[in-house]
Amino acid sequence: MEAGKHECHALGREDMEPQINVNKQPFFFDGIRAGFPICLGYVPIGLAFGVIAQKAGLSPVEIALMSLLVFAGSSQFIAVSMISSGSEILSIVMTTFMVNLRHFLMSSSLSRFSGVKKGGFLSFFSYGITDESFAVNLAKFTQGPWDMNRALVVNQSANMVWIISTVAGGYGSRFIPEKAFGMEYALPAMFICLLVFQLRGLAYILTAAMAAIIAVTLSLLIPGNSYIVIASMIAATLGVFLKPIIMKR
Amino acid sequence: MEMNSYLILLLGMGAVTYIPRWLPMFFLSGKKLPQWLIDWLDFIPVAILSALLLPALVTSGDPRQLDILQTKMMVGIPTFLFALKTRSLAGTVVVGMGLYRLAGQFMN
Repeated sequence: MEAGKHECHALGREDMEPQINVNKQPFFFDGIRAGFPICLGYVPIGLAFGVIAQKAGLSPVEIALMSLLVFAGSSQFIAVSMISSGSEILSIVMTTFMVNLRHFLMSSSLSRFSGVKKGGFLSFFSYGITDESFAVNLAKFTQGPWDMNRALVVNQSANMVWIISTVAGGYGSRFIPEKAFGMEYALPAMFICLLVFQLRGLAYILTAAMAAIIAVTLSLLIPGNSYIVIASMIAATLGVFLKPIIMKR
Repeated sequence: MEMNSYLILLLGMGAVTYIPRWLPMFFLSGKKLPQWLIDWLDFIPVAILSALLLPALVTSGDPRQLDILQTKMMVGIPTFLFALKTRSLAGTVVVGMGLYRLAGQFMN
């Protein structure tokens, strides 16, 4: 564990954002600040989900329960459309499982930074692992001083904004800002920047390029989102084999 | 859907979403991992971010089709360059949103 942690700090580049000594600041505000872009991106998506769920016949309470118990954007959209088309419970649950399986990889990757935290904390922390919180926390952990308490604040602030905005959407479409401020591009822009943070050398750039090509190809060939897990695993494996070759040159 | 079966559905969805999030965090934490696995997990983030992002930028529709020249991708290029240059997350999000809003007025 310590070896992995150490290595990731060593890999962090010096030209990243200037480091402030996080330990002197209240961890809560660090987490809120880091999580803010996620929250910004969740508002329009959450509102849109609420509106669609309401049209599918879900009450605000039912929407709140789903956002609380599932907390996974894309699978919630899929579930609502399956509910309105009258699908069986089992097939909705199976689809949810497939759609959310990618978090297994994210959780594995984040587990390297869990430090001294114990089972109870980790079990609660795991609840909040999403594409977005994973990407933000991973960037923070690899760049420098960051810890699980701050990471948990990122997870849970995003969770709270998600629940509130989905419920607000459930009260009616009048809360939906019509393409306001280009907010629907907040999350893609965030992912672009977080991807840039991860391009820490030639091996990473090549891995990203392979993942992109494989993912785009698979996404055109197979329906659903299994291309994410398959492409990431293939590209990361190729990255492991490429790394020693690149290091030698 | 009546409330009871809805609750069963949510418990099922919640369980199958939570378990993959929880298993590795709970069981891998604090374990001494073999070097190849550490290396592999080190490549997972960049691979997963790329695999999440690119199809979203260059495909559209259902079933998905290649659509490279769409607004999302066109805005993505300057946004990427801005991120590369500034390494500022907040700045990139603001610039990306602004460009997307701007592009929306000229394209479509």
